[in-house]
Amino acid sequence: MSLPANETRFFGSVEELAAEIPDGAFVAMPPDYSLVAMEAVRALVRRNARNLRLLGVPQLGMCADLLIGAGCVAEIETSAVSLGEAGLAPRFTEAAQSGALKVKDATCPLVHGGLQAAEKGVPFMPSRGVIGSDLAKHHADWKTIQNPLSESADPIVLARAIEPDVALFHARWADRAGNVWVGRRRELATIAHASKRCFVTYEEMREGDMLEDELLAPGVISAVYVTGVAEAKRGAWPLGVIGAYAADDAHLQQYAKAARTQAAFDHYLDEFVRTGRAARLRDLAAHR
Amino acid sequence: MSSYAPEELLACAISRLIGDAAHVAVGAASPIPASACELLRARSGGRPRLSLMHQRKANPYTEGSRELFDLAGQGRVDVFFLGGAQIDGEANINLVATGEYPKADARFPGSFGSGFMYFAAKRTILFREEHSKRVLVPKVDFISAPGWSPPEVWRRGGPQALVTGRAIFAWDKEKKRFRLESVHPGHTADEVRENTGFEYDAASSVADTPAPSASDLELLRGPVAAKIAENYPAFAQRVWKV
Repeated sequence: MSLPANETRFFGSVEELAAEIPDGAFVAMPPDYSLVAMEAVRALVRRNARNLRLLGVPQLGMCADLLIGAGCVAEIETSAVSLGEAGLAPRFTEAAQSGALKVKDATCPLVHGGLQAAEKGVPFMPSRGVIGSDLAKHHADWKTIQNPLSESADPIVLARAIEPDVALFHARWADRAGNVWVGRRRELATIAHASKRCFVTYEEMREGDMLEDELLAPGVISAVYVTGVAEAKRGAWPLGVIGAYAADDAHLQQYAKAARTQAAFDHYLDEFVRTGRAARLRDLAAHR
Repeated sequence: MSSYAPEELLACAISRLIGDAAHVAVGAASPIPASACELLRARSGGRPRLSLMHQRKANPYTEGSRELFDLAGQGRVDVFFLGGAQIDGEANINLVATGEYPKADARFPGSFGSGFMYFAAKRTILFREEHSKRVLVPKVDFISAPGWSPPEVWRRGGPQALVTGRAIFAWDKEKKRFRLESVHPGHTADEVRENTGFEYDAASSVADTPAPSASDLELLRGPVAAKIAENYPAFAQRVWKV
């Protein structure tokens, strides 16, 4: 395993950032309550990304449902996909039931453990629990061994290191040095550390270097991990950004309802995902 | 007797099961267990500590979503809650799918952290409102987390009880079997038997689950409803109109 030291690129748009994520990439993303790069996810739908493999760290919500419904995803490894209070993730549920989507069922601490192994550059991370579950029976990257440090019988599960091709998430701030600030959402640091490339959308650009500020620094992911950033104001919408704006619960309910059928879902895409691009193209034409 | 919502009865019942605990953790989409814990906190002036995974304001976790599992692994979580699309008589839970895996007849969200938390938390209260033969089955189609483990397998805790919309079962660790503990007002032991797909023990006469007291209802509808509305707005709106 060998991961790069990055010199952060600054993209002119979210579309440019999304264009860097190739078809077939293994993409790690966080849950709805963390910081999800929803505008970049919509840009992936707009560019008709195909055969993505998603990793839920440790589970996923609307971003996965949107990508699955739009036909962008071949496989997903996750502890769960759910829309939280808005209920089941309808596009995920249907694709899993029909067999169109391959699901690799995991459980939260072993996803975190696998990424932490990649962070440390070691081949696996041991974990308690899981033994006797059908998760352990079916997950090809987990193995139960005897604890080599114990004199008595003590089976323990090892989770193989997980090294995603791409980490994709949203941040409150980026700075001119290429650092991003995610506050307490440290699973994003784990994803960034473990992944070959890391793309981050951000709410606002901060002048200077956030690492020089002792109060901000603990919430920063250093530029050494960050491949590229792009501005996306309200880029987590309809999900929230802690301290900036809340999740749009009414819209999430609206989405959950629309996603129940492919036809209504496609209509949702036209209205809320593809129009973004249409509007931008119109603006572009007006400027020329 | 004052009238109350079924959710209020369940929150009171779960609060009694939590009993004496220092730290209760609540995972995804569990407004009733969270209400039970907030009720205890409102009654006692802040005990037990409640760690709500996706708390929007003043979230207790600062190391990201792995922190819950790390501190549970250390033994710092006294009570946790799990549900199941299916739950069987050995307390195995299925959060993944029905049918012959990996084929899914009905697909559910997934196992979340259950495969670990069921082992690591000192006590787990199983909770599922739907009490039917569809949910309470003889044998789950997929084990997200097993109800018990052989002696050589490390396991700190396991099931304490199973709470449904009709009844409460206690878990007998020695017999690896549920025992019907109480039936909620308006339901009967026969009805529970008819709607339960697994075998369980029961005394010849089973108690009623106590109805919420007036003071508990006052707390639920006041401070508890306000706290729950912060993180479960749709639930709080439906049950308490806040």
